[in-house]
Amino acid sequence: MSFEPKIIGFLCNWCSYSGADLAGVSRIKSAPNVRVIRTMCSGRVDPTFILKAFQLGADGVVVMGCHPGDCHYQEGNYKTMRRIPFLKRIIKDFGIEQERLRLEWVSASEGDIYAKVVNEFTEEIRKLGPIKHPSCKVKLEKVLGG
Amino acid sequence: MQKPKLALYWAASCGGCEIAVLDIQEKILDVANTFDIVFWPVAMDFKYDDVRKMDDKSIDICLFNGAIRNSENEEIAHLLRQKSKTLIAFGSCAYEGGIPGLANLSSKEEMLNFVYKESPSTISVDNGFPKTHYNVQEGEIEIPELYDYVKPLKDVVAVDYYIPGCPPQPEQIWKVIEYILSGQPLPPTGSILGAGDKTCCDECPRERKEKKIKKFYRPFEIIPNPDECLLDQGIICMGPATRSGCGALCVKANVPCRGCYGAPPNCLDQGSKMISALSSVIDAHSPEEIGQVLDTIADPIGTFYRFSLAYSILKRRDIQ
Ligand code: SF4
Ligand code: SF4
Ligand code: SF4
Ligand code: FES
Repeated sequence: MSFEPKIIGFLCNWCSYSGADLAGVSRIKSAPNVRVIRTMCSGRVDPTFILKAFQLGADGVVVMGCHPGDCHYQEGNYKTMRRIPFLKRIIKDFGIEQERLRLEWVSASEGDIYAKVVNEFTEEIRKLGPIKHPSCKVKLEKVLGG
Repeated sequence: MQKPKLALYWAASCGGCEIAVLDIQEKILDVANTFDIVFWPVAMDFKYDDVRKMDDKSIDICLFNGAIRNSENEEIAHLLRQKSKTLIAFGSCAYEGGIPGLANLSSKEEMLNFVYKESPSTISVDNGFPKTHYNVQEGEIEIPELYDYVKPLKDVVAVDYYIPGCPPQPEQIWKVIEYILSGQPLPPTGSILGAGDKTCCDECPRERKEKKIKKFYRPFEIIPNPDECLLDQGIICMGPATRSGCGALCVKANVPCRGCYGAPPNCLDQGSKMISALSSVIDAHSPEEIGQVLDTIADPIGTFYRFSLAYSILKRRDIQ
């Protein structure tokens, strides 16, 4: 059976989620591999959520937020800007490829960028293959269904 | 009336937890008067066979310190579980893997090779390497098998309560013993005893200001102001990601908290809590600047998961 990457996308409500919505409304094709979780702000994405996603079997995690300066809560995405590279260093120390975690700024008008990010990331994860860490054995299907 | 039976055991342990029990000082006499100590390898001459002969659930309280590192640790954990009514993971190692858990960043082979062959202080005359079986004139010797990974006690047997700390503070140990002796109803299984439900920062007397950190210092690189928050001064202090209970002991001695009381309540992963806390105080607003500040943190994984690696979400390095 061919490998279909399972990706969790944490999308901020004010920009990136609307961007994803726009991609859909504009009928821009994007890979179906990203399971979207809407958060109020990218700054709400606790590093624990990301580690937990990997533990439950996500092959990749992408966090999307408003462009720097545009956060609805002003500073939230600067926190994200620090957390993600920080967490990338940690997952590398745990033996998980840093490329499995990604941060992108997507505004409400950037449906095309949303689709591009999703498509590129899905292909990148496809090349990396399924997550291999011994603590990440739970199948995401069991958690999400389907 | 028959005295309640108490057992104490050390698995992969440094012995500090045993000292902590003795550190309750003269109250140890009360313990000896109140309990019938039926097993305590570090202090009294009991054999495993003595425990095997006991009735199931005949030990009232077992304080188990040390992590699960080898087959002997696990075997005795099962034995003591079977024989004890209340099994308490005592200290960071039993609760969350503790310092031995840091071994989960290396493979067993890497570790054995370093210790028995490569370390600069090792002179290996006969290429000696530990084996589980060895024949001598008198017969075969068997030693426990070293596991690939360190586990907290709860990963091998059901644990009733946890007492955090490396080691747990004597006043806290005494409080737990007093509580149990008082005959009051015990807290729900799985509870953390002998600790608070806030963070170490909440017990810390240092003055906190708004934090803006451009560079982190290791403790030897800076002489900290004794009254100000250490983290404000750029010293990594695990206070915000650590459960209260010790009374901010280290911080009061001008040493940053290293996180030995484990993650605070409702936190699944101490390290990620610390990443979150530090990300809020780093004063940098571009990826390059942020990278430079992060570069000043020495050994992030070993610092943020110093005691809780084996208990964390990912538990170990993937060694391929
Ligand atoms: S918790 Fe600390 S004091 Fe207790 S055995 Fe482990 S390393 Fe030693
Ligand atoms: S970070 Fe450390 S020094 Fe600062 S308040 Fe918390 S415990 Fe105290
Ligand atoms: S200050 Fe931190 S490291 Fe020191 S005893 Fe308390 S919890 Fe443990
Ligand atoms: S609201 Fe979009 S990143 Fe904060």
